[in-house]
Formats: sequence, C-alpha cells, structure tokens
Amino acid sequence: MSVTTLSSPVLVQRQPNWLVRLFDYKPFLVVMCLAPAIGLLAVFLTYPLGLGIWLAFTDTTIGRKGEFIGLENFQYLLTDSLWWNAVFYSVVYTAIATFGKFALGFWLALLLNNHFPFKSLLRAIILLPWIVPTVLSALAFWWIYDPQFSIISYLLVDILHWRTSNIDFLGSPWPARFSLIAANIWRGIPFVAISLLAGLQTISPSLYEAAMLDGASAWQRFRYITFPMMLPILAIVMTFSIIFTFTDFQLVYAITRGGPGNSTHLLATLAFQRGIAGGELGEGAAIAVSMIPFLVFATLFSYFGLARRKWQQGEAND
Amino acid sequence: MRNDITRRDALALGLSAATVAATGVAAHAQSAIKAADAPAPKLPIEKGASLRMLRPVRFVQADEDVFRANAAKFTKETGVEVKVDFVGWEDINQQTAVTANSGAGPDIIIGFSDAPHIYIDKLIELTDVADYVGKRYGGWLPLAQRYGKKNKSDTWIGLPFGATAGPLIYRKSILQSVGFDKVPEDHAGILDLCQKLQKAGKPAGFALGNAKGDGNGFASWALWSHNAALLDEAGNVTINSKETIAALNWVKQLYPTFIAGTTSWNDVSNNRAYAAQEIALTANGVSLYFSLKNDPATKAIADDSEHQLLPKGVAKVSPMAGLTLNAMVFKHSQYPNAAKAFLQFMLEKDQYEPWLNANSGYWAQPLAAYAEAAVWSQDPKVKIFKDTMNSTYYDGYAGPISTATGAVSADYVLIQMFASVATGAATPEAAAAEAEQRCKRYFRRQK
Repeated sequence: MSVTTLSSPVLVQRQPNWLVRLFDYKPFLVVMCLAPAIGLLAVFLTYPLGLGIWLAFTDTTIGRKGEFIGLENFQYLLTDSLWWNAVFYSVVYTAIATFGKFALGFWLALLLNNHFPFKSLLRAIILLPWIVPTVLSALAFWWIYDPQFSIISYLLVDILHWRTSNIDFLGSPWPARFSLIAANIWRGIPFVAISLLAGLQTISPSLYEAAMLDGASAWQRFRYITFPMMLPILAIVMTFSIIFTFTDFQLVYAITRGGPGNSTHLLATLAFQRGIAGGELGEGAAIAVSMIPFLVFATLFSYFGLARRKWQQGEAND
Repeated sequence: MRNDITRRDALALGLSAATVAATGVAAHAQSAIKAADAPAPKLPIEKGASLRMLRPVRFVQADEDVFRANAAKFTKETGVEVKVDFVGWEDINQQTAVTANSGAGPDIIIGFSDAPHIYIDKLIELTDVADYVGKRYGGWLPLAQRYGKKNKSDTWIGLPFGATAGPLIYRKSILQSVGFDKVPEDHAGILDLCQKLQKAGKPAGFALGNAKGDGNGFASWALWSHNAALLDEAGNVTINSKETIAALNWVKQLYPTFIAGTTSWNDVSNNRAYAAQEIALTANGVSLYFSLKNDPATKAIADDSEHQLLPKGVAKVSPMAGLTLNAMVFKHSQYPNAAKAFLQFMLEKDQYEPWLNANSGYWAQPLAAYAEAAVWSQDPKVKIFKDTMNSTYYDGYAGPISTATGAVSADYVLIQMFASVATGAATPEAAAAEAEQRCKRYFRRQK
C-alpha cells in the first residue's frame, strides 16, 4: 500500500510578487515617500537658487551666454558706490520700518485684544492694507506723494493754509527715503498686529488675574507677563518681517524706481535694475546673492532666539 | 429695395464710422504717396502658418484700431492668423528678454530703438524686406537706418515702423508775457527764460526721474546740446569730458527754476503738470497736445500751445532722437516667411498710410515717401514731428549701437548723473566719473 503525503495548505501559500516585496522594504519605501517632496524642493527651490548663485559667478547678459568669472562681479560691487548706497539704504529701510511696524503693530494688537463692540469687524478692517495688492497700495502712495497733486499738500496748502507750497516728498534723497519707509510701515502693520494678536490670545487670563490679586500695575503685567510670553512669537514675526522688508521690491520700484539720484535703491531693486533692465544678469544675480548674509543673519536670530527654552516658558533671560 | 437695418448692419455701420473717425477723413482722400515699382522678395508662406506678435501699447486709440484692422486684412488675404498683443512700454523689454532667452514665445516683437542690437543673435535677417520697401518708398530715413541695420553693415536686423519725438511744448501767451516769442536756441537764453517763467509763477519742468522717454530725452538733449556724448565714433566711452561737466553745471543752474519734484517725475508727470497749467514749458510727444485739443475742458490750453524743436545749444542741428518702434523676427519662429511677409504687408502703402494718419503725428514715418501723408498737413502744430526720423542723433550717439547703449538708457545712467548734480548729491566731476565707471562696465565687452 502506497502512502501519499499531502502538502500542507500553509506551504502552498503564494509568495508576494517582487513589487510588493520592494515596497515592503523599508529604506525603499522611505525614499519613495520622500521623492515627491524632494523633487518639488529641487525643482522649485534648489534649482532657482542654485542657478542664481551660479549666475553671480558668471558674466551672463541677456541674450548672451556667460562664462565663469569667479568673484569678479563681487569685486566690482565692492568698488561700486551705488551698491554700497543700496546696502546702506536696505539696512536703514529695514531697521526703521521694522521698528515702526513692531511699535505700532504691537500697540494695535494690545488694543484689539480688549473687548469692545464690533471687534471682529474691526479686526477684519485692520487686515485691509495687508490684503490689498502691493502694487495697488504703491500706486496710491505714488499719488499721495505726487509733487503737484498730493492730497497731503492739498490739505496743508489749499484747505488748512498751513503751508504756501507743496511738499516735495520724493524729489530729494532723505524725504524720498522716509516716504518709502512710511509706506512700508503702513503696509506691514496688519501682519504684525494680527500675528501678535494671535499670540496675545494664547496667554492664559489666570496669569493676569493672579498678578492683579498681587497688586501688579498695568505696566508690571505687561513687563512681567505679556512681554516674556510674547517673546517666541515676537522672534518669529520679527524674523519674517525683517526678511520681507529687506527683500522688498514692489513699493520702491513702483514709487521711485530707485530715484532720485539712485538714493532709494534697495538691494532687490538694484538687482532687478542691473539684471533685467540693464541686462547684466550676472551682476544682478551677484547683487541678489549679496543679500543672503543679511537674510541668514535674520534667520539665525530667530533660530537662536527660539532655542532659548526659558523664553518659551515665559521666564526672564539669563 | 432692402430698407430694414439688422443688428449686424448697424454694427457694420458703427465700425465703418469708427474707422473713418480713427483714420481721419484725409486718409480717404487721394493719396499723394508714390510707390515705385520694385521686385518683392519671394516669401512662400509656410503651410498652416500662424503668428503671434507683441507690440507696445498705443497712446492714440486709433493706432490700435487700424493696426488690428490691418492685421485682420493680412489674415483675410493670406489665411495666416495673426494674434497681436499690446503690452506696456515698461514691460516690452522684459518680455523681449524672456522670449530671447527662452527661445519660445512670440514670432515677432516690436521693441524700441536699439532692441534688435541687444538680441541680435536671436533674430533673423530682414534685409530682403528692408531693401524692397526701401526701394519702393523713397528709401529709409537716417534714424531708421541707424536702428535697423547691424552696425557698420547693410544687414537689416530690425524693421523700424516709426518714431516719436519729444520736442518742446510751451504756452505761447505765458512766454510772451515774460518777453519771449519762442524758446531761445542758446543755453544762456534758455536759462534766462526759465528764470523769468519761475518768477511769473508758471515755471518750466523737465523730467529728471527714471522716465524711459522723457527723462532720457532731457538728459540726452542736455548732453548733445553741449556737444558732449556718451561715446566717440570708435565706441570709446567719452562721457567724462569737459563738455559733460559744462552740461552738468548748466543743468545745476537750470534745475532750481523748475517746478518742484521733477527728480521724481515719470513719463506721465509732465503731461499732468502741463495740463493742470502748473508749468508753461516742457518736452513731450504729440500725445499731450492731442489730449489737450480733444478735451473741451483743455482745448484753450492746446490753442495757446506751440511746439518747437529742442534748442541747438552749441550743436549744429537740433539734437533730438526719436524713440523708434523697431520690429524683430525671432529665429525660434516656425514661420519666418510668414512673419516677414506680415511686416512687409504692414509697411505697404495700403496699410501703412492709414495707420500713419490714424496716429495723428504720434509716430513719424521711417520711409521717405510717407512724408507726403495727409497727417502732416492737417494741423500746423503737428508738422514739426514729420522729420523725426531724419535725426542724426540716437541712443549711444556718437558711437556704434550695441547691447550696452540700450543698457545705459534702461539703467537711467545719464538721468541719474544729472539728477545727482541737480539735487546737490554729487559734484559735476563726481557724477561724471561715476557715470563713466558705470558706462565702462556696460561697454567692457563691446570693444
């Protein structure tokens, strides 16, 4: 009698195909999941940035392929008084405008944090300067600053009779510089105010109640509760604000195009003027690249600021 | 007899009336323009061809209307669809740059003056068409030859369509009230006039801001009228010269007589100041005169206005260069013959003459025969624009046109040189030296 051995059902179970096995392999799966994100970063971030940096080391012009020239563009910029002027004004513009935006924005955020009628409506209105396209607000300021048809001059000269001549906002260097800074502050206040308002609303009311029971004054409550608790968000918002302000382009280009006498060029407008209008792509890229150290500084400022855990816990700095 | 008028008939009547209004009655009169017999180049249009072109936006509505009508006529006659996009004057350079660099986009772009010289490697030659229309219509005028031909050759890289000039425009009654019948030709006389206009409360105003047309026009005139120039004939940068210093010193004296704020003026600022009767003297294209003339509220200002060529100063002739429309055909076009045929068609009398008349003098002809167009005899105040393209001055005078001459103009180097001296931010010597450094940077590859 013969004995037939039947194979166990477990043993005949189908092996997964190679594709399934491949996707079960963890390192491969990780790479596949990250690939789209890495691809997007490479195409939309790394390539433009890399191309810009490469161009800065070439003498490329519009309509002509360039050659690698090393640091020649940067050496030229160091001898170019207009570049130094743009560095100076970019720093002044960023410093004063950021200070103005934070002083007024923080004050506005504190006001909006109170309870009052039509609070939501007012908060929405405050956002308007931020929502309006920059070029539209730039055109409005261009009219406001017009040497002949300014509404401010009209009020002061024709209505109030406080002056006998129009104000020449944009006709000489420093008035033009401050006029642009004022426009930037107006435009940037909502971003600061709304961001800081969000931060203010995360502070527990119990802290203020406890402080009031201890007899703390309004200034002391601000000094020892509000300000320390707001430092992390202040650091983030300030970093963004510095970056946005330092790289500003539209306001300046639409209102003065860098004039009068090149006195209001920011590095961004000068880079555009040289690279696109003037056709010196390599030099324009070098000007843009020269902004990177300033932007890295702003980012590091935020990173190290936030890394201080005591800030996040609302404690004083050591 | 059919006497009911359908909606389509009414629309057709309306279009016809609009075209008559746009092109002017004179356009329908007997043409005085002579066209010589010349063999047309053979341009077999590619099968299935269609064209896309960009051109600067019109200043006079009729410019666009007639241009589009002519393009539609070409489509009807050849079957080649032509899509024409009108873009802002400040944007045309950027769009041309992107088209040239990417090798994609419009087949034809009408840029300004020296644009073909900037993108020379990306363009096809247009010599056959240029030679044909040149022979047929009395020859190309000097400014057209200067901007259309490759430097020191008879190879055409652009086809100029016309140029607009920026002569002086002034209030006759106000000049007479301060003792002048017209603007003097010498610098001392101009300064004297401007000082008197300022005392009378109706000053002069010339753009010293980053204005592509008016600012560059004033700066170039101030230089050329002192016999100063950006380049010599060999292409050497000669901006830092005693003639330039003289020009800068003169503008430094002149600037305080201007209305306040001219260093921030763009291309529309002087129009608005003149129309608002804030100034009595400026330099502008014919568009200002026509906008004043066609508005009942300002017609009296137009009636009191006169044009005059820019004063000679110490130059032999009025140093005024026209801003030129210059057509280019890109190598990336799949239909180069269709593109050339289209440009040739637009420059033929049947199309060009109505277009020229429709522009009311805003664009002046590049071909000699079109000087007989009716537009130049309709209004004596417009006649001055007729010879715009007879000018021997141009951007980059007196050297060869190159990429760098366009860059100097686009980067407002000359305007900023004058503005920095006018506002006291720099001495004439320092401003000239800085402009020289900047120009040498642009011209370093042109030698």
